[in-house]
Amino acid sequence: MNAFIQFLFNGISLGSVYAIIALGYTMVYGIAKMLNFAHGDVIMVGAYISFCATSYLGMPGWASVVLSVIVCTVLGVVIEGLAYRPLRDAGPLAVLITAIGVSYFLQNAAQLIWGATPKNFTSLVTFPVPGFLAQYKVSAVSIVTVIACLIIMVGLMWFTANTKMGKAMRACSEDKAAAQLMGVNVNKTISMTFAIGSGLAAIAGVLLCSYSPVLKPTTGAMPGIKAFTAAVFGGIGSIPGAFVGGILLGIIEAMAKAYISSNLANSIVFAVLIVVLLIKPAGLLGKYVPEKV
Amino acid sequence: MSINMNPAMNRRSLIAGVAGLGAAGILAGCSNGGSSDGGSAASSDGAAFKLGTIGPLTGDTATYGVSVTNGVEMGAEDFSTKDFPLTVKKEDSQGKPETAVNAYGTLRDWGMQALVGPTLTGTSVSVAEKCQSDRVFMIAPVATAADVTADKDCVFRGCFTDPNQGKNAAKWLAKNKPDAKIAIIYQSDDAYSQGICTAFTEEAKADKLNLVKPDLAFKTDTATDFKVQLGQAQDAGADLVFCPLYYTPASVILKQASDMGYKFTMMGCDGMDGLLSIKGFDTSLAEGVLMTTAFSADDPANAEFVKAYKDKYGDTPDQFAATAYDCVHAVAEACKKAGLSLDTAAEDACDQLVKAFTEITVDGLTGSLTWTSDGEVSKEAKVFEIQGGKYVAV
Repeated sequence: MNAFIQFLFNGISLGSVYAIIALGYTMVYGIAKMLNFAHGDVIMVGAYISFCATSYLGMPGWASVVLSVIVCTVLGVVIEGLAYRPLRDAGPLAVLITAIGVSYFLQNAAQLIWGATPKNFTSLVTFPVPGFLAQYKVSAVSIVTVIACLIIMVGLMWFTANTKMGKAMRACSEDKAAAQLMGVNVNKTISMTFAIGSGLAAIAGVLLCSYSPVLKPTTGAMPGIKAFTAAVFGGIGSIPGAFVGGILLGIIEAMAKAYISSNLANSIVFAVLIVVLLIKPAGLLGKYVPEKV
Repeated sequence: MSINMNPAMNRRSLIAGVAGLGAAGILAGCSNGGSSDGGSAASSDGAAFKLGTIGPLTGDTATYGVSVTNGVEMGAEDFSTKDFPLTVKKEDSQGKPETAVNAYGTLRDWGMQALVGPTLTGTSVSVAEKCQSDRVFMIAPVATAADVTADKDCVFRGCFTDPNQGKNAAKWLAKNKPDAKIAIIYQSDDAYSQGICTAFTEEAKADKLNLVKPDLAFKTDTATDFKVQLGQAQDAGADLVFCPLYYTPASVILKQASDMGYKFTMMGCDGMDGLLSIKGFDTSLAEGVLMTTAFSADDPANAEFVKAYKDKYGDTPDQFAATAYDCVHAVAEACKKAGLSLDTAAEDACDQLVKAFTEITVDGLTGSLTWTSDGEVSKEAKVFEIQGGKYVAV
């Protein structure tokens, strides 16, 4: 039983990392209706910025996170402005390919700047874990990740529901043309979405690398894909869905590893995804919108 | 070295699947790697024996390729003599077999007379086929899979094969730590890790070692989280975890185990070399780690090489650089033994080098090396323990 609870906590902490990344995916998809495959690579950039700030500039951990959020926010806006905005009226495939291109660009740029040799990210989160959690080997970074994830999720839900910009975002997500007619500045709103999504990516990067300390130009790639899966699993476009999807994905992965086969862990995760999508095509918490003819 | 990890590749196939767009990957994959002339020690009239080397100089596995090609370059400088100068040309394989074969073609056009490379197993297998059919002498410094040299008389190797590494590790444990309760964490989609693991398990069973949890696997795409595997090992009471892994996942395992408060002795193979040089890695976590590897930069006997390498490349040489250096040393010896002239054609050089290689003994950085006619090197297996951030022979 003890082992079971330990594996469950492993799953939750892994899942909350996926969930934070998935929140970024789902924000951008929900509002701009595009899959930003470069999201995982923005995470990697965020982690590198924080790494450089602490180890080369000697900045304290919290300041490096702030710096990294600022850099990634700017990066997100720049990427959106240069690569995606000119394609606003192009088909979804063109945008998807551009996103793949941006992803490769970021990976290779990172390799040019920081080299291919992996760097070891020193965890920015260290504090003694309370006893009842310590017995299940829960680490400090896992606790922070879960809490950060919850705060971000609630914050985003509040933001989209109550602020003027949040309402503009929801309007854009329903119908861009109509939103524009109602006086919403669509470009500005989408830029803002990318700013928020990329800022979150920076936080996700720091937490991801505090959890699993290897930092290299492809660090963001696989977690990015997993988080995308989590977002689809929970219902892409839905903020609580990304959270639920991420946590469930983490738990399924951990349990599959522990009790079925560590070899098949990913196959099982994706098999579950397929089953869920067969039963609920819009994902667990996604809204199914029937096509009106 | 066999490496089968390219997350970008996985992502690419996945995206292609999602979007139904196979073409995206092809477009993204066709950037051309740079190449450069290096380590030229040609005599005044420009004539020199032409050595080629291939390795991933860009991409995920660039660290291995950079080490190997640097080692070859240094070797060519150090073992050039006035009468028999060596010159080197490096080509980038990006770690991909098809690019490596193109790189081989480029080197052939340049007039390469012998090849010290490629670096990774996948690329070495493809290039070895070409060398065998073209009759070009090849020595793969650090490619460990049996396939590289199998049935190819003109392909040699500078390191132990995967199975031998696994066997050596198990034998060492049987002799030195017979009571250890052993768990194994290995990467099931990587030929290197899988190969060592299988041989280790067989030998461990034969030696009656106590394997309490021998089957903890992971894959490239689950290589960020080992807490479940570690939890299982701890549950089974393991006090020694055999990790036939590269240093990157090994560093994650050490960190996560320390987060969990799980203490054990980690044992790894040559892929673990490099652990201490990861930028930012808390080396105290690696205290007590055992590894079978061929070279220690901390050994006073190697100090001269280490210093020269540091001066030239600003980095501490690892066993890949050292093994590549030894391979050039061996090629130079074999050329001397066979009495080759600078303008011997690659095809003629090949037959003479093959014969000479089984007759030479090289006193290299990685031990005293001799070769058998099936291309395998014979040298002493060494086990090092990390103590105070240094490798100490045990």
